[in-house]
Amino acid sequence: MIRLLSLLVTLLAFSFALQPPSGDDILKKVDQNMFSENKIVVSRMIIHGRRDTRTVESKSWQRGTSESYTEFLAPAREKGTKMLKLKDMLWDYSPSTDRTIMISGSLLRQSVMGSDLSYEDMMEDPHLPNIYSAKVMSEDTLFGRDCWILDLMAKKEDIAYHHRRVWVDKDRYVLLRENLYAESGKLLKTMDVREVMRVQGRWLAKSVLYKDVLKDGEGTEFLVDSIVLDADIPDYLFSKAALKR
Amino acid sequence: MISFLFKGLLRDRSRSLFPFVTVFAGVVLTVFLHAWLNGMVSSMIQSTAHYSTGHVCVTTRAYAKEADQIPNDLALLGVDSLIAELKHDYPDLLWTPRIRFGGLLDIPDEKGETRDQAPVSGLAVDLLTADSPEQKILNVRKAIVKGRVPQKSGEMLVGEELADKLRIQPGDTATLISSTMYGSMSITNFVVVGMVRFGIVAMDKGMVIADVSDIQQALDIQKGAGEILGFFADDVYHEERADAVAADFNLRSKTPTESAAKDGDQFLPVMGTLRTTSGLDEYLNLVGVFSNVIIGVFVFAMSIVLWNAGLTGSLRRYGEIGVRLAVGEDKRHIYLSLLAESLMIGFIGSVLGTAVGLAIAYYGQVQGFDIGSVLKDSSMMLPNVVRAQITPFTFVIGFVPGMLATFFGTAISGIGIYKRQTSELFKELET
Repeated sequence: MIRLLSLLVTLLAFSFALQPPSGDDILKKVDQNMFSENKIVVSRMIIHGRRDTRTVESKSWQRGTSESYTEFLAPAREKGTKMLKLKDMLWDYSPSTDRTIMISGSLLRQSVMGSDLSYEDMMEDPHLPNIYSAKVMSEDTLFGRDCWILDLMAKKEDIAYHHRRVWVDKDRYVLLRENLYAESGKLLKTMDVREVMRVQGRWLAKSVLYKDVLKDGEGTEFLVDSIVLDADIPDYLFSKAALKR
Repeated sequence: MISFLFKGLLRDRSRSLFPFVTVFAGVVLTVFLHAWLNGMVSSMIQSTAHYSTGHVCVTTRAYAKEADQIPNDLALLGVDSLIAELKHDYPDLLWTPRIRFGGLLDIPDEKGETRDQAPVSGLAVDLLTADSPEQKILNVRKAIVKGRVPQKSGEMLVGEELADKLRIQPGDTATLISSTMYGSMSITNFVVVGMVRFGIVAMDKGMVIADVSDIQQALDIQKGAGEILGFFADDVYHEERADAVAADFNLRSKTPTESAAKDGDQFLPVMGTLRTTSGLDEYLNLVGVFSNVIIGVFVFAMSIVLWNAGLTGSLRRYGEIGVRLAVGEDKRHIYLSLLAESLMIGFIGSVLGTAVGLAIAYYGQVQGFDIGSVLKDSSMMLPNVVRAQITPFTFVIGFVPGMLATFFGTAISGIGIYKRQTSELFKELET
């Protein structure tokens, strides 16, 4: 009897193990993999415009979800331009005018340095489970990796992208593709992760192609040149005074 | 015969007064409306040419397709050499580069923080080159209500209403926040040196004007411009010549790089005319149709009125016509004499109506009519003060409906003469 019971329990446990995890569980694991409290990122954006291709280099210091400080390093025209995000406020500092301008309202929808990313994208809460509920739709193979396809629906009203469809690498819990939709169902942006890297035990995107589908051009490649997770970042960086330093 | 009929008309005013007043009033209206429409259309064409499209406009093909969105990322590059070519090939036009742009004008406080901010539409024109035609085209000096014209790089003019809204004075610093041709945010400081009033609501409420070289720098459009505008030297839009210049330029611009065009080169220059680039094409056609409709409706309505007047007159002159028939006057002769009378009334009514209509139109041409209150929320390139415009055609336009209306009215009502039976005449006269 005891043997029969233990066999039943084992079978039951095995059947549960075979069940795919829920969309929300997957999204939490993605978040655990990708999110670190502090990070310093040196990156390049290769912007393939309608007329030519430009490369914009920057260094960002990010603390938590609500504080980030970015300094643009190249090209020469943009060198010294800085951006500061504190909670739901965003400022842009232009060294040529020595003015700090708050980015709000319609300016938030403007492109960052002509790329396929907008300031609004930068203001988004990076913790997807906080703003979306997820549902597993199907499975797929993308770039040779087994993936879950999740549909993410916004939990709040004032979200830039009401609905997302994401491809999650089953083993690495990293997003490999994202399609971002408006509330009307219109596709607004796509994101394809072309290369991932292992950093301090986490799988992170190293090369991403962003494409604003409403814009002409071949999209923006975002390349991470170096990344330091859980770094010590001085407090003074997250103040408006730091912009003029 | 004519003087006999004329005396009859003068002595029996009940026969002529009503048709005369009708014709006179109609002709006054026609002449004035024609001059008014002329003035409206001319004002609109001139404003659109000066502030928006020129008489002809060169852009890239891609820019022309999306011109409404002011796509400076599709601007013409190397405009200096292109302008030199245009000056050489079409010397009867004045050529000048322009950049239209949008953005925010941010006014800092003493700490450099935003004090006031407003959306603006901007116009970059060649203000600093000595032989630039822009000062004359835009009439900048006359438009300045405070301050002065920009004299060096980094200076800007601001629309009067916008300046009031932003609480700025000449000498204040303003930061233009816009977008470079590559889509990056552009932040540039200017010194506001003057306030302008062009008398066009859409401009005075939100326009800033700066030198084209400053905006090239600010928007990273090096040696480029959104548009190159061409103006006829006499500042009059010559449609046929504009069409010919545009057709010739587009043919030439295709020829050397036809293969590139086939490959989808969107950045080849293309020329459009005021009619095609301003979106006024349909409007101008509509105005033409509208003008004809006014005259048509006038002729028709006046004919009905005069027909009715003729019928009334015929009834009143029933006995007179009967006697004339009874004494042996030919029906055709009577009919023709009535037509001759109507032509006299029509002619006199048209002459006097044209004179009075022209006088009112002349007043409208000199003084103008202020329609600023109607346009307060308008984005049309229409001046606040619209003036009538008298052309040679205005002198004759009243004669067509004036003469035709009385003639048709009498011709229709006079047909009754042919229905009268001679055998019945004495019986009718006895009753």
